[in-house]
Amino acid sequence: MGPEALAQVLRPLRGMFPPERFPRLLVGLEVSDDAAVYKVSDDVAVINTLDFFTPVVDDPYDYGAIAAANAMSDVYAMGGEVVLALNICGFPPDLGSEIVAEILRGGAETVREAGGALAGGHTVEDPEPKYGLAVMGMVHPERILTKGGARPGDILALTKPLGVGIITTAAKADAADPADVAGAIVSMKRLNRDAARLAQEAGVHACTDITGFALLGHALEMAERSGVRLRFDFERLPFLDGATRYAEGWLFPGGTCRNESYFGPRVEFSAGIPQEIKQLLFTPETSGGLLLALPPASAEAAVMAFSAAGHGFWIVGSAMDGEGIRIA
Amino acid sequence: MATVDARGLSCPQLVILARKAIEAGQFPIEVLVDSVTSRENVRRMAEKAGCSVAVNEMGDEFSLTLTRR
Repeated sequence: MGPEALAQVLRPLRGMFPPERFPRLLVGLEVSDDAAVYKVSDDVAVINTLDFFTPVVDDPYDYGAIAAANAMSDVYAMGGEVVLALNICGFPPDLGSEIVAEILRGGAETVREAGGALAGGHTVEDPEPKYGLAVMGMVHPERILTKGGARPGDILALTKPLGVGIITTAAKADAADPADVAGAIVSMKRLNRDAARLAQEAGVHACTDITGFALLGHALEMAERSGVRLRFDFERLPFLDGATRYAEGWLFPGGTCRNESYFGPRVEFSAGIPQEIKQLLFTPETSGGLLLALPPASAEAAVMAFSAAGHGFWIVGSAMDGEGIRIA
Repeated sequence: MATVDARGLSCPQLVILARKAIEAGQFPIEVLVDSVTSRENVRRMAEKAGCSVAVNEMGDEFSLTLTRR
């Protein structure tokens, strides 16, 4: 479902859960953020989120691991740690049990890597395989990260390169170099746990993860929630190997069109940015990295800290007064 | 002459089908689509792949004729 249709069907639900009746619901339907957050006590808030999707890669283990990393990413984007996870499964009856076992092993090992426990799940029959997790995380209520804290002058950074969406689409068209697909799989399986921790240590103001609404859709949510304008430096945007080449071949998934038509009117591009790069920035990502808004004084320390941890970190732009997004 | 009937298909399938027809090289290639988005995606992909594209509008549907530039 595209972002516009989703916003429309959710609108009637928003008024049903007013904040004055649910004062402990710190993040809910009222605002579009990465996950729901419920305050249990002054020291503990619970984060709830779920995500599942159809296979993005051929290998069942990798599929399970990617789906799990993607589902848990919303907990990290809210500043929390994963505590519990439950499997969400839809499998065709004729899918071999050894394949199902590999998908579930990929998911379970990724939950274990995250320090959480896989504690159950639910399976239905489905002609097309689907897998993901419902995840519970925990965070101190004063350490919750949202999309709403970016301030003018903040620097913007990404913690993973962009492009897994177009690479996996190219792979489905048998047009992708296996080495590029392997690079995308490594990127998608990587947890956003270290990146979120390093961002917290750097005093991050706002944070979100880059998934189905693409860089520009998620950045727009941050801009609007924070009441700022975000400017990205096109030359600094990191892409996985192969991504721009497949964009030149116009191998965009359907989500690109939906994102472009919904978010496009609020994005300005400088002259000279190639059409396929514009499209690429509207292309859905799976298990993408974090988009961070950091105080400028901590930028240098953040570069050092991510580098010391062997983690990718790219400064890609800045926040300023105004609204919307500019790619320059 | 080859025909790709991509009506009822969405991205990326229709672009992939048109792309395979270009790679097979049986020009001219006629591609049938049923939305403006599909028309634009096929047109931009084909132009990137070095084709000239002529568009005929037929009610709600479009016929694109791809020729080698």
